[in-house]
Amino acid sequence: MTQLVCENLSLGYNGRKIVEGLSFEVNAGDYLCIVGENGSGKSTLVKTLLGLMPPLSGVIRMSGLTRREIGYLPQQTDYQRDFPATAREIVLSGFQGANGAHPFYSAAQKKAASGNMEKTGVLPLARRCYRELSGGQQQRVLLARALCAASRMLLLDEPVAGLDIKAADRMYEAVEKLNAEGVTVIMISHDTSAVYRAGSVLHIGKTLFFGSREKYLESEAFRGLGGRGK
Amino acid sequence: MSGLASYFSYPFVKNALIVGALIALCSSLLGVTLVLRRFSFIGDGLSHVAFGAMAVAAALGISNDMPLTLVITVISAVLMLRAGGGAGIKGDAALAMVSVGALAVGYLLMNVFSKSSNLSGDVCSALFGSTSILTLTKLEVWLSVLLSVFTIAAFLLLYNKLFSVTFDESFAKAVGVKTGLYNLILALLTAVTVVLSMKLVGSLLISALIIFPALSAMRVFKSFLSVTVCAAAVGVLCTVCGIVASIVLATPVGATVVAVDIIVFGVFYAVGKLR
Repeated sequence: MTQLVCENLSLGYNGRKIVEGLSFEVNAGDYLCIVGENGSGKSTLVKTLLGLMPPLSGVIRMSGLTRREIGYLPQQTDYQRDFPATAREIVLSGFQGANGAHPFYSAAQKKAASGNMEKTGVLPLARRCYRELSGGQQQRVLLARALCAASRMLLLDEPVAGLDIKAADRMYEAVEKLNAEGVTVIMISHDTSAVYRAGSVLHIGKTLFFGSREKYLESEAFRGLGGRGK
Repeated sequence: MSGLASYFSYPFVKNALIVGALIALCSSLLGVTLVLRRFSFIGDGLSHVAFGAMAVAAALGISNDMPLTLVITVISAVLMLRAGGGAGIKGDAALAMVSVGALAVGYLLMNVFSKSSNLSGDVCSALFGSTSILTLTKLEVWLSVLLSVFTIAAFLLLYNKLFSVTFDESFAKAVGVKTGLYNLILALLTAVTVVLSMKLVGSLLISALIIFPALSAMRVFKSFLSVTVCAAAVGVLCTVCGIVASIVLATPVGATVVAVDIIVFGVFYAVGKLR
């Protein structure tokens, strides 16, 4: 079942076009990796998909899904790294969008938050302070928060940036487990290691590519990014 | 000791303690969010605006300056927030411009229009609070209580929203939290708190009430809830102790309160390092 279709998108801001002619689609349960160099328009695409920014032209269609139902994992900001809050407090804040004007969290939401922490392997850390967690643990806390916001599609912006290889692998494993349970995954990355995990690839930059991972690994675009066939 | 007890029988001392505690509660609650969002200087900028507004009220010959000061400060808070959102001038520069400009214009107005015989006393009182907390009128006491209760209630109801916007504004926006609205409410509550605090510590020392309790609490506590509760407790205790100490020692109220805040911060800092 198709969840998201983008047709002939042009993206940019202040009248400056960054990407044009972008077309791709995402089916339920897909694992799509979006790659491109820094400045190629990946962040702009993220903001557009989340509805924080209109496309210059083109169409975005979603079926059986609203923008609010995309679980977003943003890149961390510096001040978050020393934020005084427990993992549980942060995970619960994923429900804020659904709560509207309601001021407090329900018992069901608290239970669901625990379940999501279990899924990403951070339940034992629930009472720990966020700033004392390792970079990888912090990312998995934010992944659990994204699941609280939406359980059907995840949009992950550079989820392993700054992590060592071991922590990155654990993050990838957590994402793969969720994908295996039927969660659609869209992962943004500026390096090629993420490509090997994905089912399909969207490459943006000077050359555009959209298709299966196998075809991507043989393409011009992949070589342009400095990737070598495996 | 009996001397101390006799002070409490004066209604103006009781009023000062009640209003002071409420103001401290408001500013320390908001302080947690403001400090974490790197907005510490908004309180400072607004306090200078409030000083300018007070001077305008004095120049117009309005005896109860609080309502006018409140309106002008609230409008400035909204404008500052917009400026921070990316106008031509960078957020911090815009803030510095407004804050220092309001200070200068305020003093100029007071100088030109004031009919008071003790101008430097008035200016000193507006900047450093001096004794105005001990000379509150009944109307000012009620207005302060009402506004503080409103601010505290709003903070409690919006606690979870403010947390999500404070921790991660882009995520909150993406999941549909009305971040613009909550930023606006935060600016309004800050403006109200600043205007209230002028009576206690004067406009130059207001940021101390906002940032010190939050910073102290963050040295030691590790969850947002415990930091918030601790900041509130520290803020109220320091203010009450500061007011009492200033009466006993005959020192200026605002400066004494801030001095107590600084000492407590030192203690929390040491405790945080030892753990």
